[in-house]
Amino acid sequence: MSFEIIAENLDLYLEGLWTTTWLVTSALLIGLIMAVPLSVGRTAKQPWIWGPIWAFTYFFRGTPLLVQLFLIYYGSGQFEAVRTSFLWPILREAWACALIAFSLNTAAYTTEIFAGAIRSTNRGEIEAAIACGMSPLVRLRRIILPSALRRALPAYGNEVIFMLHGSAVASVVTIVDLTGAARIVNSRFYSPYEAFLTAAAFYLVLTFLIVFAFRQWEKRWHAHLKER
Amino acid sequence: MLNLHGYGPSLLEGTWLTIQISLLSLALAGALGIITALAKISAFAPAKAVATVYTTVIRGIPDLLLMLIIFFGGQKLVNWGAPKLGYTDYIDVNPFVAGVITIGFIFGAYMGETFRGAILAVPKGQLDAGRAFGMRPGQVFWRILFPQMVRHAIPGFGNNWLVLLKTTALVSVVGLQDLVYKAGVAGRSVREPFTFFFAVALIYLVLTTISILALQWAEKRYSVGFEAR
Repeated sequence: MSFEIIAENLDLYLEGLWTTTWLVTSALLIGLIMAVPLSVGRTAKQPWIWGPIWAFTYFFRGTPLLVQLFLIYYGSGQFEAVRTSFLWPILREAWACALIAFSLNTAAYTTEIFAGAIRSTNRGEIEAAIACGMSPLVRLRRIILPSALRRALPAYGNEVIFMLHGSAVASVVTIVDLTGAARIVNSRFYSPYEAFLTAAAFYLVLTFLIVFAFRQWEKRWHAHLKER
Repeated sequence: MLNLHGYGPSLLEGTWLTIQISLLSLALAGALGIITALAKISAFAPAKAVATVYTTVIRGIPDLLLMLIIFFGGQKLVNWGAPKLGYTDYIDVNPFVAGVITIGFIFGAYMGETFRGAILAVPKGQLDAGRAFGMRPGQVFWRILFPQMVRHAIPGFGNNWLVLLKTTALVSVVGLQDLVYKAGVAGRSVREPFTFFFAVALIYLVLTTISILALQWAEKRYSVGFEAR
């Protein structure tokens, strides 16, 4: 191990850390905003509502994230209509393609997590809400979602970690995230241990931070579920 | 239908490689997973510590990064160690073997957690009864523990398999000519990358769907004698 290589390239790693952090955070936020209405639609009774959402989640959960990224990054340029559209200056950028792919991917997983939580809502809570005369929308806003999203917290924590780890594929399409930084260092110095283990240490710390944060949130939001 | 411009057989070749890597690494992950699970619940502290470090570290690092570490690091390690054993030629690590070992090693950690839960779900009295009959530890494992833990392990095992199958796409990054790699080559040469990556997505969906159906069947098969929940 040569710590000189690591110290010399610390700036590169910090740049990668920043890229990984904002890319993953933005994708998670967009995915989360998409997933709440989609999960409600996923649990609807009408096939024309849940059908398309099911197809969306089945596609994005059944194919590798790398392939989804390639479809958008390499694939979008195949169509004349896309190349001449106002979206092209954005779709040409690797970071935009990664952001789109990651957002759709995490939206699909999160939708199924939330839908599962909504389905397992206690019947009694819903019946009580109906008995109080709440309309379906009020029921959703006051009873179903607050209860379901809380119960989804542990599964969602896992999804956040998966997204962090999945984001490493961004380095394949020229993005200098943490893994990308490590790949540059490895190719410059041919020192795989220093290059990759340093990035691994950063990821480990990020993972532990996420685990810790979710534990705190669970303590706060699951207080009512604790055994007395 | 998709026009593959004669690259259909090439994609099928890649699919076959993907399936081979997936199944071989699944076998390795299963074996590593059982060993890890047994180490984790054992009373032998060093084994427990090694297993805990293994599962924690592996599950905290991205698959792709681990693959790069084992790929490039392994290559360097082999060429550092081999001369000490008398080899003088430069050794190229077979990428197929490296890919299988990497993915098997990663998913051994996930399987370990799944199996640990499954083992703990088997009532302890069952094992005590086995020992009371005078069975050796190996016999208790194969005759009593294993057949019963399978039922508890199938859902988690199935999830791990579905994730593993998709993880194999990453071997294309280190140059293995799997499904994704072949599609990239074909897509570049006829300038239709979307068509080919879409075909790859469909092939993965078919593999996933077959897996889900097989797992549902297995779950039913191993739950014979238990009430449907």
